[in-house]
Amino acid sequence: MNINRLTIHETKEALSKGEFSSEELVASYADRIEKVDPKVDAFLLKCLDDAKEHAKKIDSEGKTESSILSGIPYALKDNICTKDIKTTAASKMLYNFVPPYSADVYERLQNLDSIMLGKVNMDEFAMGSSTENSAFKTTKNPWDLSTVPGGSSGGSAVAVAADMAAYALGSDTGGSIRQPASLCGVVGLKPTYGLVSRYGLIAFASSLDQIGTFTKDVEDAAIVLNAIAGHDAKDSTSLNISKKDYTVNLKRGAKGLKVGILKNFNTEGVQEEVKTAMDESIAAFKDAGAEIVEVDFRYFKQALAAYYIVACAEASSNLARYDGVRYGYRAKEYTDYIDMYYKTRSEGFGSEVKRRIMLGTYALSSGYYDAYYKKGMQVRTVIINEYNKIFEQCDVLMTPTSATTAFKIGEKVDDPLQMYMSDTFTVPINIAGIPAVSIPTKLDQKGLPIGIQIVGPALGEEKILQAAWALEQSFNFRKNQPSL
Amino acid sequence: MEYEIVVGMEIHAELLTNTKIFCSCPTKFGDPENTHTCPICLGMPGVLPVLNRDVVRYAVRAGLALNCKIANFSKMDRKNYFYPDLPKAYQTSQFDRPLCLGGTVDINVNGQTKPIGITRIHIEEDAGKLLHESTDGTLVDVNRCGVPLIEIVSEPDIRGPEEARIFAEKIRNTLEYTGVSDCKMEEGSIRFDVNVSVREKGTEKLGTRTEMKNLNSFRALERAIKYESKRQIIELKKGHPIIQETRKWDDVKGISSAMRSKEDAQDYRYFPEPDLVPITITDEEIKKAKSELPELPEAKKARYMAEYDLPEYDADLITSSKEMAQFFEETVKISNHPKQIANWLMVDIPAHLKEKELSISTIPFVPSDLAELIDLIQNGMISGKIAKFVMEKMFTEDGSPKEIVERNNWAQMQDEGELQTIIEKIVEDNPKSVSDISSGNKKAYGFLTGQVMKATKGKANPQLANKIIREVVAKKIN
Repeated sequence: MNINRLTIHETKEALSKGEFSSEELVASYADRIEKVDPKVDAFLLKCLDDAKEHAKKIDSEGKTESSILSGIPYALKDNICTKDIKTTAASKMLYNFVPPYSADVYERLQNLDSIMLGKVNMDEFAMGSSTENSAFKTTKNPWDLSTVPGGSSGGSAVAVAADMAAYALGSDTGGSIRQPASLCGVVGLKPTYGLVSRYGLIAFASSLDQIGTFTKDVEDAAIVLNAIAGHDAKDSTSLNISKKDYTVNLKRGAKGLKVGILKNFNTEGVQEEVKTAMDESIAAFKDAGAEIVEVDFRYFKQALAAYYIVACAEASSNLARYDGVRYGYRAKEYTDYIDMYYKTRSEGFGSEVKRRIMLGTYALSSGYYDAYYKKGMQVRTVIINEYNKIFEQCDVLMTPTSATTAFKIGEKVDDPLQMYMSDTFTVPINIAGIPAVSIPTKLDQKGLPIGIQIVGPALGEEKILQAAWALEQSFNFRKNQPSL
Repeated sequence: MEYEIVVGMEIHAELLTNTKIFCSCPTKFGDPENTHTCPICLGMPGVLPVLNRDVVRYAVRAGLALNCKIANFSKMDRKNYFYPDLPKAYQTSQFDRPLCLGGTVDINVNGQTKPIGITRIHIEEDAGKLLHESTDGTLVDVNRCGVPLIEIVSEPDIRGPEEARIFAEKIRNTLEYTGVSDCKMEEGSIRFDVNVSVREKGTEKLGTRTEMKNLNSFRALERAIKYESKRQIIELKKGHPIIQETRKWDDVKGISSAMRSKEDAQDYRYFPEPDLVPITITDEEIKKAKSELPELPEAKKARYMAEYDLPEYDADLITSSKEMAQFFEETVKISNHPKQIANWLMVDIPAHLKEKELSISTIPFVPSDLAELIDLIQNGMISGKIAKFVMEKMFTEDGSPKEIVERNNWAQMQDEGELQTIIEKIVEDNPKSVSDISSGNKKAYGFLTGQVMKATKGKANPQLANKIIREVVAKKIN
């Protein structure tokens, strides 16, 4: 048995049956990381000794069954704060930052005795779609090491795709979970804004950021969502709603589900094989007894524009605190405090981060606010209304996650606009704050995974997971495996 | 040409909440640097603010006391600027949807009541402090970061330095009374920014204004406006235009100087705070807050005049501070002599407080002591003159007024027989006085009383002594 290939629920079953111990499980993951990570460069910080200790403790205290996640090893995106463990957001600015507090999600997973294997790579401050913007390393796609894993949560996607973790957490501001999940052939879930606490997530764009999951299958996504969702008094935007078990209705199938597809689906720029995957998904849903409904979404262009204005505006303010005064990187030489600010921020931030800070500062500037930020917020309202209309006609909406499969490393670094366009299908979802999940369907001719995105109304996680599970059954993507 | 001075004010007051506006750090003043900090007020990565509901409650109370309309819906905004005392590099404040709008407060200028408009009151967080004295360069103290503030913005209804001071005092009183702020100027818990302009008397159009920030005493406030308005008038008379700018007030030199012009003004890039949800307050909550509002100075003053028959001047003075009014009320409850209590509180007590550098809140005795002192006078135990000595000792010695009187053997001679003997001897020894009286010179009574007081070291009850002197002298003459 290849332990590392197992899903959470499969691992749990084996643990329960005593087929292996937590310690053996973690040791197996540690070996896998030591063997594979040098090829893909997903981990920024490995916590393997601590993980082994933790596993030993779980075994000795007989806690392997205390929760569905106890003893299950996972990886954390490095913008999720871990008390006493370095958290860098893949930025030189925070190269030495050790938070004295933990993110709410990390605390929840700790309390469930899930085992943290390490912190994984990302685009600096979650700004990017390829993980090439990391200040430390470029993570490679396990399906083809010359291509990007997507981003910004590229490390999380790769950790799961390359079987270096049973699951991983990432964050999604405009597609940063779904797009890398799609490019790496794993399941990526972005929950409804406010369902999972943002406390301890290093902010990129506060009104759009949402923590979510990377898993090997849809059932695992429901399991991990159960663990991390819930009200947190430390996050004012956290929803105060009663807890749900997302696994209960998961396997109901697609019978009777109304699945929306876009009638004005802009096929320009969409890879042929992605279109084919869409067609096959439609057929699969029909076969499973779902009803396909054509719906209209008219605002992809506007959503993308509004997204880059609002996200950059918030980022320009959120990242202003990195001034070298209290923590993180500080320039070595400076003449006065203004000079210290200039040099610290010039040296500490990468070019994509600087680009977005400048865009955002501009959008908020006096005289431009109404034309940009305010207009962007108005577009948000329009888009929310558009989705409300859509979900009057269908239960879930299906689109590609990404227009193309993984692109070559370096291919888009000099063309930020092209890079931004790769978020077309994912961005409007964050703008509206609604949930979406990307699931892998099949490989293209180059052997790269194609993801399909299932979108739901606010708090429609149960429905999208139910639909995604049904689709997953017909594709059985997990028979594929990257050769590493 | 005659000029009119036009002033608008922005008053920042720290709220008396136990904890900071977005975290649970204490707001206590004066503790060692950087001891009231946490990841939230330090602006560390990934942490989030949670609005302290008490801040809203206190600000609503201030709004109601200043007759504002409380917004059912308001929101927080970010005011972005870089400074080392501002950890997040933005101040979370309120921009276009403040908590309180459109109030008014009546001030008393030369016996006339004048309304001053309140444009708005909003809530925000205070910044930290830079300590430049260190040999290690400039250091930052973050204790004050996140201490909740309200900013009260007035309409340009204030005419001149005196009105500005009266308005500022009125605001301070109101905030103190409502328990919203302790308004300790020396701790910077209330600070004044002023906008000053001048215009030809009788004209409507406002002149170009200048701003002076962070004036932290009434004196500075009054002097700064006086200086700045005079400067503007001189400039205008010379034919120079007034430049819209922020000016720095130097309280030592007593002058203002240009700091930065409008062109250099920072662009704060305000936008809605995405980490906080809008603040909603229902009409019921507003109604409840209104009903819980304590008695305000105006109402208290009217009540003192009606209930205790105090003259307006006394009532005004006693209610000018919440602590003084409280001291008065507690004393009057024990000894029902309001006018006498008021006299003590207006004359002797302030004099001693000033000398000892104390305030009514740090006065070394309690209201029941003052009540006891007044009762001692009322019962004829001591004279008014002795009472003043007792009061002095009450500031320096332990024990109740009664104990002080006993310890110093100051009790009035109440024994009629003993006094009779002393007086008979004095009358005997001063035949001239008796003959003066018999020939119609009543002034000689005064001399005899004086002799009696001298002989008794001031302890003779003056009324009793007078009665006996008259009886003894009458007997002598007959």
